[in-house]
Amino acid sequence: MIPISWYLVLSAALFSIGVSAFLIKRNIISIFMSIELMLNAVNLAFVTFAHHWHQVSGQIFVFFVMVVAAAEAAVGLAIIIAVFRSRDTLNVDQINLMKL
Amino acid sequence: MHLVLFLIFAGLCLAGALNLLFQRHPINSALSLIVVMTSLAVLYLLLGAEFLALAQIIVYSGAIMVLFVFVIMLLNVSAEERTHGSRIAYLAGIPGVLALFAILASIFLSLTKNLGSAQLGEFLVTTSDLSRVLFRDLLLPFEVTSVLILVAILGAVVLARKEH
Repeated sequence: MIPISWYLVLSAALFSIGVSAFLIKRNIISIFMSIELMLNAVNLAFVTFAHHWHQVSGQIFVFFVMVVAAAEAAVGLAIIIAVFRSRDTLNVDQINLMKL
Repeated sequence: MHLVLFLIFAGLCLAGALNLLFQRHPINSALSLIVVMTSLAVLYLLLGAEFLALAQIIVYSGAIMVLFVFVIMLLNVSAEERTHGSRIAYLAGIPGVLALFAILASIFLSLTKNLGSAQLGEFLVTTSDLSRVLFRDLLLPFEVTSVLILVAILGAVVLARKEH
């Protein structure tokens, strides 16, 4: 018997850690990983509410989030490789122009 | 049993997330993110989402994180250097994040009575339940996501290709 709210507080904590990692990290790959952490936190909230309301649709939503996250990771990492090829750095402070 | 499993894996989740935040080297962050995702899979299992627990391990800690680790190794990333370009992020962002967490946590904890509690095995979504909804009611969105993944693969190939 676990209160549902504990799961939601865990999800909020993971999301907040993801946001602060997004703000503090200077490496573009670490920033991308903190976005994945935030997506996971939201997924946990979805699964928790699916359990609470006894609905399958919450889990379907998580399934679609996973699919989109996989597509996003593939494209995002390809963009990171392209950025690294043209500038030889992954520090976001030095990547401040769209055009080289 | 449920409480013990929840405490262990919620603790692992938080520890992994904090480790991601404090590690300087991206490969350490990536490995701690794998810990977070795998322990989230156990939490999904506790909430009765058996398909999602396995999909979480296969898709997230398998495919996506392998992609991350692969790119980190490919680019030979070194530990990040701290720069001072992020003063606004420190001054406004961190209190904002703390405020966000405090608000969310207080709302959820004040709703503890109304939300009730989760019991092990009280609500179990089997793979057949999930696929019945997915392939009957939501067939069109499902097919559209397959097109999305195809486009993403093409985009990744085009973006990562060496220019001549």
